[in-house]
Amino acid sequence: MKNCEYQQIDPRTLSVSPQSAQSLGEAKRQRPRRKWEVFPGKNRFYCDGRIILARQNGVLPLTLGLIVVTCGLFFAFDCPFLVEHLTVFIPVIGGVLFVFVLSSLLRTSFTDPGILPRATTEEAADVERQIDTSGSSTYRPPPRTKEILINQQVVKLKYCFTCKMFRPPRTSHCSMCDNCVERFDHHCPWVGNCVGKRNYRFFYIFIISLSFLTSFIFGCVITHLTLRSQTGKSIIQTIQESPASVVELVICFFSIWSILGLSGFHTYLVASNLTTNEDIKGSWSSKRGAEESGNPYTYNSIITNCCATLCGPMPPSLIDRRGFVLSDEAVPVGSASRMELPPFAVKSDVNMFFCTCIFFVSIYQDIFLGRW
Amino acid sequence: MATEFHNLQELRHSASLANKVFIQRDYSEGTTCRFQTKFPSELESRIEQTLFEDTVKTLNNYYAEAEKIGGQSYVEGCLACFTAYLIFLCMETRYEKVLKKIAKYIQEQNEKIYAPRGLLLTDPIERGMRVVEISIYEDRGSSGSSSGSSSVSGSTTR
Repeated sequence: MKNCEYQQIDPRTLSVSPQSAQSLGEAKRQRPRRKWEVFPGKNRFYCDGRIILARQNGVLPLTLGLIVVTCGLFFAFDCPFLVEHLTVFIPVIGGVLFVFVLSSLLRTSFTDPGILPRATTEEAADVERQIDTSGSSTYRPPPRTKEILINQQVVKLKYCFTCKMFRPPRTSHCSMCDNCVERFDHHCPWVGNCVGKRNYRFFYIFIISLSFLTSFIFGCVITHLTLRSQTGKSIIQTIQESPASVVELVICFFSIWSILGLSGFHTYLVASNLTTNEDIKGSWSSKRGAEESGNPYTYNSIITNCCATLCGPMPPSLIDRRGFVLSDEAVPVGSASRMELPPFAVKSDVNMFFCTCIFFVSIYQDIFLGRW
Repeated sequence: MATEFHNLQELRHSASLANKVFIQRDYSEGTTCRFQTKFPSELESRIEQTLFEDTVKTLNNYYAEAEKIGGQSYVEGCLACFTAYLIFLCMETRYEKVLKKIAKYIQEQNEKIYAPRGLLLTDPIERGMRVVEISIYEDRGSSGSSSGSSSVSGSTTR
């Protein structure tokens, strides 16, 4: 309860006294621990809790590597020729797109997607009291659901046994990260993170800018090779002169279909205010039964849906990664610790680079594995 | 049983936690943050219904203001997008500003209304915006507490 004149107890300055010994068992510890160190989910934290990633983030470096390598080859081998023969704006546009892609990628990967903290013991006990349990506690009771009305439509809320709470609407439990995530879209291995309420807009900007970047590079490489072969050389000669262009061509050709497809799919989701999770499960599809079961969250206007999803207010992170763990019921340090620092404030460049590399590969994998 | 406390510090030192009441979210209007205004029975002997409802309604208004989708939020969103979200290094989001106002409001309510009645509000942000937790305290000097479960440990570590 930070609203009273409470002074945070620093275990280092404590002298053990009879009253305090009981409630301050953590006094034995040498330094105060931050909440990310005791976080129950399967996430990894870097930079003292500023950066959050899923545990399996092995694909992110590969993804980053693909983006950086393709763009690197483009700037090194194609741009000089195109600047000479066409216009200087080509590397400028390429550069701007590259910056957009990279920044939105990092932001998607390192942002808390909207993880809900698990219920406290008292809260869980309170919920239990409200549920009828007739069986013994030795087996898992049947799934608990609660029906509520949202905009005059019945929605079922499920009980999460891991987080010990009824999941709010549109929240889903990610088994990979072992967290309940608000407005859960999907877990993207390419990004190395879940995509949820807080980072969906970054994810969307990422795939849109990646579509533009891929198409742009593809177009430029084709133009480059065409212009080169116009001087009377054969195709083989042209390729021999600029082998990097072929590499780029292959990468772009195989990725462009999936990325464009994914962009189109997510544009549809944004316009109808749906999540991938809901779309795949067919939660609001009219095929289920004869009754009208439209999406209760839609604003019934494409523009409003888009604006609400992409330009809506940015909700705060609820897990307070950098707050300090205290042993009694008093709450940790104030709101300064709640503000999430953007990934650009990162000190660990190696981690960042590594993390960003994984992303690109995830993107390709995500696309092929299937939202289509 | 009326337990009088003069300020929050006295509450902390001379009272013991008897029970906690949780005000759940009201999802009838969608996923925006709203809390139920239904008056819990455990508080009937402690505080007037109108005071409680006023507090919850004011909180709901604050959250509605934070989550309002309108001109200002669009400008903020677009500006943030064009600056690659670097703008948030220098300025706070509107949501964060409103959260600070809410924290101040809750502190003020605790000092003026709830602590003198042996109650304490917890800011919903501390509980993942899921519940408004109201702690009911009993005076240690009084003979026994009326409510059942006494959960003092309340450990936040897991």
